[in-house]
Amino acid sequence: MTVGLFVTCLVDLMRPTVGFATVKLLRRAGCKVSVPKAQTCCGQPAYNSGDNPDARAIAEKVIEAFEGFDYVVAPSGSCAGMIKHHYPSLFADDPEMAPRAVALAGRTFELVSFLADVLKVENLEAAYDGIATYHDSCSSLREMGVKEQPRALLAQVRGMTLTESPESETCCGFGGLFCVKYPDISGRMVDAKVDDIIATGADTLLAGDLGCLMNIAGRLHRRGSNIRVRHIAEVLAGMTERPPLGEPAAKEKPEKEAG
Amino acid sequence: MESTTAAFRENAAKALGDSKLRDALSKLTDGFPARRREAIARLPEFDALRDAARDIKDHVLANLDFYLEAFEARVIEAGGTVHWCRTAAEARTAILRICKTAGAKTVTKGKSMIGEEIAINEHLEEHGIEPVETDLGEYIIQLRNEPPSHIIAPAIHLSKEQVADTFREKHRHLSPGRSLDEPRALLDEARGELRRKFIGADVGLTGANMLIAETGSIVLVTNEGNADLTYALPRVHIVIASLEKIVPTLEDATTILRVLARSATGQEMSVYTTFCTGPKRQDDLDGPDEFHVVLLDNGRTKMLGGEFHEMLRCIRCGACLNHCPVYKAIGGHAYGWVYSGPMGAVLIPNLIGLEETGDLPNASTLCGKCEAVCPVRIPLPRMLRTWRQRQFEQKMNSPAARAGIRAWAFLARRWWLYRMLTGPVIAVLGRLGRARGRFRYLPLAGGWTKLRDFPAPEGGTFVAQWHKARRREGRT
Repeated sequence: MTVGLFVTCLVDLMRPTVGFATVKLLRRAGCKVSVPKAQTCCGQPAYNSGDNPDARAIAEKVIEAFEGFDYVVAPSGSCAGMIKHHYPSLFADDPEMAPRAVALAGRTFELVSFLADVLKVENLEAAYDGIATYHDSCSSLREMGVKEQPRALLAQVRGMTLTESPESETCCGFGGLFCVKYPDISGRMVDAKVDDIIATGADTLLAGDLGCLMNIAGRLHRRGSNIRVRHIAEVLAGMTERPPLGEPAAKEKPEKEAG
Repeated sequence: MESTTAAFRENAAKALGDSKLRDALSKLTDGFPARRREAIARLPEFDALRDAARDIKDHVLANLDFYLEAFEARVIEAGGTVHWCRTAAEARTAILRICKTAGAKTVTKGKSMIGEEIAINEHLEEHGIEPVETDLGEYIIQLRNEPPSHIIAPAIHLSKEQVADTFREKHRHLSPGRSLDEPRALLDEARGELRRKFIGADVGLTGANMLIAETGSIVLVTNEGNADLTYALPRVHIVIASLEKIVPTLEDATTILRVLARSATGQEMSVYTTFCTGPKRQDDLDGPDEFHVVLLDNGRTKMLGGEFHEMLRCIRCGACLNHCPVYKAIGGHAYGWVYSGPMGAVLIPNLIGLEETGDLPNASTLCGKCEAVCPVRIPLPRMLRTWRQRQFEQKMNSPAARAGIRAWAFLARRWWLYRMLTGPVIAVLGRLGRARGRFRYLPLAGGWTKLRDFPAPEGGTFVAQWHKARRREGRT
């Protein structure tokens, strides 16, 4: 089967490793992976700002670039949710685009649920030394129905203990432009999230959305925590050579605050 | 009620800096949401009941005129009167007229958000009539001259110590030696004061959780029983309710009741559920001589058939507030008007206009928790987006924000230009951040870096690296 990888703007710009981990996971499960060059962003910043005309214009480009694949997979519940749920409503009144948007939506998946529900991946052959807690990002959980899948896949990772946090389903306060528009409210929310994560005693935080991970890692680091933060794809693919999010390359050196 | 929503940012900043408020709000998570979860776990058909409740409200909204007129006919048959009021001012006038006719000096009040909406207390006071709130939370905030901060728990922003201080300041009969350390003591103290007021009141003013078209009844749901003393003891009972509170039948009312308390407080039923139909009948031992229903529109019929139509399903359970991480961070007063949380952020601009309330639909991460817990499945995140759309269409947001979005969108539509510009920026940031892995400060990202570090990018983009590798492999 052919899979078009919608890598998402954050993974593309911030953490390509997640993209390569995604490719590795998909290939290992037998997918033929393509990465259309004509991809940038799913349009969510415009859509969530009320700029529907621009969101539609971007969505048209995405639909064009990804129409030819059996599946479209994104390592993010937020961007996959945008394509799956919001593209069809953006084009509801457009007789030409609506069927195309609906068709693409039907073939679009968030990575973790695609691995578990569609590819039914077993025997991941990954190992990770640590106690991890998993943050359910809002879009993955509530738009894409991702809850048990990451836990089932992480259970296949040798050496890892998964510990649940009571507030794993509570928003971290990222919210795209929300964290820029209302930084102090967002700050209080991520602080609560970080309290909750620290209280689990885990040494690693995993999630399926880079936006949440950057927000949580940023606050963890500012508070002096050394909890390691990674996208779940890195762990599932066994690609953890690169330092965790926000950590310097030479990890064994004593940590210094960046300046 | 006067709105301070225009000052949302200042209100929120003040709330975030208030450590007492923070303590009070932190208890919210362990309280209502946990109890709701337990209550639902005991009721496997809860989701089916939500569908049924939603369908009842949808049906009634599609036939609102029919049911309202049927309700009025039943109220009249029972010996009561319905006062149709388009605006808050009309409702205030109607209520004042009834009070004056009754020669009222004191009006006891059950908790009513519509009462807050039309600012009835201020209006009565201006005309020499004393309104007395009898719901404990409402009573406390009335003493403190504060608005409610939660639609079902109006004083949730206060600690019991603050309440004790308020009683000591305001209750003249309270002896200094009396301990008010326990919630029970606070309750007894308020009860003692309120008992006198209940007996002396000339008019009882209550809200209504529902109006029933089939019987002309109104439904009152409380945990304190205060609404029952409020309506049953005085000579005149006035009900103030907005028109979307109507349901067709008693059977429908019971369906709504089954989701209401579970969603609100995690109770299976609230402690008191009362159906009032008309004034005292000949054989009744007690009850009011007059029964008035003041039916308020105040902007709601404008929502019918539009993009906010489903908001009129709301049964005011407060579940969306209880589960909202933004509400939990800033509390209800920051929203600046009667309602708060996600339902407030959708409803307030509908009722008082978007001009002064523009922050409300934006101050949300659209996390979707509110919709997930709503007993009548109101698509609150979609509606918050709809408001944002209106703001964008009408150029109500700041020029800088608009320009930023439009510039990003311009780039996002042109992948080659996007690649040309983002690649070098990411490369530079990657190099600058390599040694420490993160930034403590970034120009143009001060909001972010005030409280968080910014993780450094790896340095290359995925798409560029991927295609470079493919070229090297001689493939496309």
